[in-house]
Amino acid sequence: MGMASITMMFAAFTSAYIVRQAAGNWLEFELPALFFVSTGVILLSSASLHGSYTAFKKGREKLYKGLMVLTFLLGLAFVVLQYQGWQALAASGVELTTNPSGSFVYVISGIHAAHVLGGIAALVVALIHAFALPFRFSAARKLRFELTATYWHFVDLLWLYLLFFFLFQ
Amino acid sequence: MANVATPVTTTPKYDEDLLIEEYGYDDHFHEHHEGDKYQANFITTYIFSQDHKIIAKQFLITGMFWAIVGALMSLVFRLQLGFPEESLAWLKPVLGKWIVVNDAGVGTLAPEFYYALVTMHGTILVFFVLTAGLSGTFSNLLIPLQIGARDMASPFLNMLSYWFFFLASVVMFFSLFLNTGPFAGGWTAYPPLSALPQASSGSGAGMTLWVVSLVFFVVSVLLGGINYITTVLNLRTKGMSMWRMPLTIWSFFITAIIGLLSFPVLVSAFFLVVFDRELNTSFFLNEIFINNQALDYAGGSPVLYQHLFWFFGHPEVYIIILPAMGMVSEVLSVHSRKPIFGYKAMVFSILAIAFLSFIVWAHHMFMSGVNPFISNFFVVFTLIIAVPSAVKVFNWIATLYGGNIRFNAASLFGIGFVSMFISGGLTGIFLGNSAIDIQLHDTYFVVAHFHIVMGVAAFFGMFAGIYNWFPKMYGRFMNDTLGKIHFWGTLVGAYAVFWPMHYLGMAGVPRRYYSFDNFETFSHFAGLNQFITIAAIVTFGFQILFVINFFYSIWYGKKMTTRNPWGASTLEWTTPIKTGHGNWPGKVPTVQRWAYDYGKDGKEYIPQIVPAQEGETNVH
Repeated sequence: MGMASITMMFAAFTSAYIVRQAAGNWLEFELPALFFVSTGVILLSSASLHGSYTAFKKGREKLYKGLMVLTFLLGLAFVVLQYQGWQALAASGVELTTNPSGSFVYVISGIHAAHVLGGIAALVVALIHAFALPFRFSAARKLRFELTATYWHFVDLLWLYLLFFFLFQ
Repeated sequence: MANVATPVTTTPKYDEDLLIEEYGYDDHFHEHHEGDKYQANFITTYIFSQDHKIIAKQFLITGMFWAIVGALMSLVFRLQLGFPEESLAWLKPVLGKWIVVNDAGVGTLAPEFYYALVTMHGTILVFFVLTAGLSGTFSNLLIPLQIGARDMASPFLNMLSYWFFFLASVVMFFSLFLNTGPFAGGWTAYPPLSALPQASSGSGAGMTLWVVSLVFFVVSVLLGGINYITTVLNLRTKGMSMWRMPLTIWSFFITAIIGLLSFPVLVSAFFLVVFDRELNTSFFLNEIFINNQALDYAGGSPVLYQHLFWFFGHPEVYIIILPAMGMVSEVLSVHSRKPIFGYKAMVFSILAIAFLSFIVWAHHMFMSGVNPFISNFFVVFTLIIAVPSAVKVFNWIATLYGGNIRFNAASLFGIGFVSMFISGGLTGIFLGNSAIDIQLHDTYFVVAHFHIVMGVAAFFGMFAGIYNWFPKMYGRFMNDTLGKIHFWGTLVGAYAVFWPMHYLGMAGVPRRYYSFDNFETFSHFAGLNQFITIAAIVTFGFQILFVINFFYSIWYGKKMTTRNPWGASTLEWTTPIKTGHGNWPGKVPTVQRWAYDYGKDGKEYIPQIVPAQEGETNVH
């Protein structure tokens, strides 16, 4: 349900983008290459979190913990890459206030990054669970993990949608 | 109709405890909550409470506080509109510098503050009273009680939901006392007044606090909504299928879904406004000159804000009216001793209204320069809303028809709701036509329309709910005679205030204007404006009567002696008079039938906990 809300928020942003674009005075520019690297990173992180979840269900403790740490690092890397992408964008002459087309990219990717940070916070909790508690498979812990993973895949897919949106609009 | 006035032969007595003991199921709730850690002391019981019944009361009383503040504001600006020549110097002790006293000792309301009052009146009534005060109160009170749940799915989030609302209230209240005044650009906060801090005196700090307050408010609505939906989906007791739920629960459920889908869009719009304000982006701002100075904005579109705002704003009016509709359905059915007419049609019309509410937003923008061809779609969808609305009105009237109606304050307000909804709904058909809107947009016709259909009507639904469920909340009754006086005063008063506004609007008198001195055409409306102002003051007097009745009855009202005073079939009346934490002292009741078995098989009513009897016809 939270995801339905977030979806609506980004649907609002992207439709605002379309409406604003149709109104003219719209600067076309290339997305920074770093955004494609970050896309690869967040896709990998989804894959590794899924691997970790499978390992958790099969009871392979080492793999489960290792892949979760990897996911966490990839998530952090994504946020850093997005930030560097912004810097590259600014360096190419598209700053926040240059033109609405650029402003939209900053605002939308920024708010997406904020949601990824929320996912990272959930991962931190999951990591604490993984390392501080003795390894045990229970329905409650499975549900907790599932919720974290669902959210993580959701922000990943959301980024894919936004990237394709920026590319093809 | 063949089954009009089914003769009632017996008024049965039911032993709820025995029924729950026999058919209920044991969830071991009280074993886990021994000693009631949630209600250990004063603070956890009444302040940071996680009990849904207390949270409902918190929402209600905060909402009432805001309703009084908002209504007083409207009286002040009505005084200005009705009696522009009279001195308002006597308000100086309260309003201070906003009353400008000239050398002759005549005090006038400062125009900036007039706009601020109009803005705050709208914001407060729409968000704090009719959203939080209405659905916040009754969703919290009734969802767990009527579906047979111990409490909300997450009592903690529920508590947070109230406290975010409280925080929003504090911030908004604080903004009233700013040196530059609260935000004054209208409750819709259109740019550029909202996006340029230097645009007007309220656009600076006033707007900053306004937007901060509303973001807290949205957090509150989302936390509440997630909770309501989860509770309805997951915590229904055994036997309570979706099609057995009372219409109240259906309406709260759909309301929460609409809120969850529309409020985030409002937040998106606010984000972009804040970027325009603080970081000089140009989402909503085009080339603008202030005091002959060109500002550094280019290419933005204020109409874009309107799209985003009304994509939220139209569903918002259904967030306000649907809970009222649900409660009125319940109240009318209980007090006319008849099952609700067309239960499934009622549910499907709620769903249809909810769906349509998302595709009609541009009817608020016919005159904003949107393409007239696109307007046609919005006209069509807008007028289609009349269909489910008419279905509901027909069903309410059919429920009343031939019923054994008890005319008490609750049912009168229910019937008054139907009256208001019809009057206000019909003018909606005028306004939904883009061609007629050329004359009527932004006039007092619009003011009359929305005040009747979602302001007064929603208040009537709320009053019906308060009079009906007051015994459940406080174990005492409100004084019914005072309630009836309150009803007749409010009904006549509200029509006296808003009916004449239609004529003002048809003549083209624009809303939101501080003074009509420069418009010779409108000078003959001065008398009508005085009449409206006097009617508003009198109507407000009747609300004071209600407030006195409310607080007096909490402590000194007639005590409840039986647990089901209205003879209602729903689950909330199977709980003990003093309903403790967990709602039922022993087992949770199970549901054996739908919520509307009134006047059936010669029995006056059959509670939902009574299993199907031998030879019983038509068990839902």
